Amino acid sequence: MAADGKQTALIEVRGLCNRFGSNSVHENLDLALYPGEILGVVGGSGSGKSVLLRSIVGLNRPSGGEVRLFGENLLALSGRKRSQLEQRLGVLFQGGALFSSLTVRENVALPLMEHAGLGRADAEALAEMKLALTGLAAHAGDLYPASLSGGMVKRAALARALALDPDVLFLDEPTAGLDPIGAADFDQLLLTLRNALRVAVFMVTHDLDSLWTVCDRIAVLSQKRVLVADTPERVAQHEDEWVQAYFNGPRGRAAHTAARET
Amino acid sequence: MQRSNENATAVTVEREGDRLCLGGSWTLAHYRALKRLLEHQPVPAGELTLQLDGVRALDTAGATLLANWLGAQRLQHWLVADRTLAPERRALLETVIKAVSREPAPPPRAAPLALVALAYLGAQVESLYRHFLQLSGFIGLVLQTLFSLLLRPWRWRMTALVNQIQETGFNAVPIVALLTFLVGAVVAFLGATVLGEFGAEIYTVNLVAYAFLREFGVVLAAILLAGRTASAFTAQIGSMKANEELDALRTLGLNPMELLVIPRVLALVLTLPLLTFVAIMAGLAGGALVALLSLDIPLGQFFRILADVPLRHYLVGLGKAPLFAFVVAVIGCMEGFNVSGSAESVGQHTTSAVVQSIFMVILLDAVAALFFMQVGW
Repeated sequence: MAADGKQTALIEVRGLCNRFGSNSVHENLDLALYPGEILGVVGGSGSGKSVLLRSIVGLNRPSGGEVRLFGENLLALSGRKRSQLEQRLGVLFQGGALFSSLTVRENVALPLMEHAGLGRADAEALAEMKLALTGLAAHAGDLYPASLSGGMVKRAALARALALDPDVLFLDEPTAGLDPIGAADFDQLLLTLRNALRVAVFMVTHDLDSLWTVCDRIAVLSQKRVLVADTPERVAQHEDEWVQAYFNGPRGRAAHTAARET
Repeated sequence: MQRSNENATAVTVEREGDRLCLGGSWTLAHYRALKRLLEHQPVPAGELTLQLDGVRALDTAGATLLANWLGAQRLQHWLVADRTLAPERRALLETVIKAVSREPAPPPRAAPLALVALAYLGAQVESLYRHFLQLSGFIGLVLQTLFSLLLRPWRWRMTALVNQIQETGFNAVPIVALLTFLVGAVVAFLGATVLGEFGAEIYTVNLVAYAFLREFGVVLAAILLAGRTASAFTAQIGSMKANEELDALRTLGLNPMELLVIPRVLALVLTLPLLTFVAIMAGLAGGALVALLSLDIPLGQFFRILADVPLRHYLVGLGKAPLFAFVVAVIGCMEGFNVSGSAESVGQHTTSAVVQSIFMVILLDAVAALFFMQVGW
């Protein structure tokens, strides 16, 4: 199902099941993420996109099945090894989840000081570079998260997710709540970073423009599993009713046309 | 040829003629080694030629160090001229160079220390003044809302009121009773020790009775309520504020004062006198127990002495309860409204609410004690 089947997957989800009480969210879900690709994950509201993300990064213990990160099962590892593995992941939460008691620069410097063993001055200098990398203005580093706009929060949170140069970047609706110009900028930023840092991206999104512009593959979550995971063009051809409504509805077509024109 | 080597696996910088050959892992994991290495390397002068074939891994941290060492401009020049670099390394270096050469923010202007201290003092005094103004304003608003509601009984929120009475009053009974019982016992022990030296142990009963009827019952109950309830009010209203629920109420044409503040204030004003009664009873019970067990004063004699204490002492104590309750509730609610967005702010204002309300309770009690002494009650 992958574009190039020879590569070994960074993330492999096999037979994942998630149940909350009597409500089953995932049943026998399979998914893989390959190095350097941007995978878009779409699905209706309540189809378990965020639960899937949380299961992969180890915030949610699945009811069944297995998640292998870099060939290892995160939940079965000892604390130390697990932490080492987690340092290879960067997560951008939907609301940013910046630590409100730290400035933006300290937010980014925190993992550098804790895990890379840098001194405060070094960590903050490097953090400043990461902030510049994500396109934040120079004065933003000294601000507290409460005084940032929505777009700046996303960029600052992205800088924190990129702090340790992760191999895999998880994005939970990164363009939600951004204006179209900000969202388009974010898409371009994501492409630039992917090309420069060779980071694989797992992106949960509802943004059709993002899907067409940046994604190498799209995985559709439906009926409690991954219905299809393939290139955007091929996914849009899938005969499923929901997929057709999603990609070939009025918004889907407009986004596709726009993406082809650029 | 100049050579420096940190250790076998780490990073190297070598010169071959005018070429600079880099080697090893230029990554975050080797950041400190890299930095030490580059500190002792003179920055090469003249035309720059880099050889990155020996570099096993390069990430943003390594690229940043390289760009800072050589200068972003020079690295950019080399990058433009170079034809051999792998495309992903070129993309990484270009991105990092762009980030590193961003205009730094202008440094904040440094003021003399004395001036900073003076400005700090001024800001503190001003904030105290503003705080006092705000508290007065808030009290006024609560009273205004209260009186306007008095004439419109159909807008009384009975469910919210009863709920708050249960939360703040009924559920607080065990802790108030236990605490004042213990303090009553301690006061009795204290009295027995001091008065015993004059052979006046019997006056221990009077000591406990006067202390609890006039002061300890109401003050202890009010302080407990300040710690238990003012903090809860601030946290509840503060999280609602952070979640924009207060704004949502206003846009729906509802008054947060009427919906949230009045039931809380009224609940406290109604329950603190009752809790004060519980506190007085528990304190007296504690005193009676100590009197019985360690001073051999039988319960009958204890009650006879108690019956001789004039009623006005009880009324003086109880009369302060509604005032304390009002102050504690108003401060708790007001601090909730002052919360601004973040989780840290909720914590700060909760602390502030508890400290302020305890301070106000003790201050008001001291003023009241002076007043009653002068009046002779």
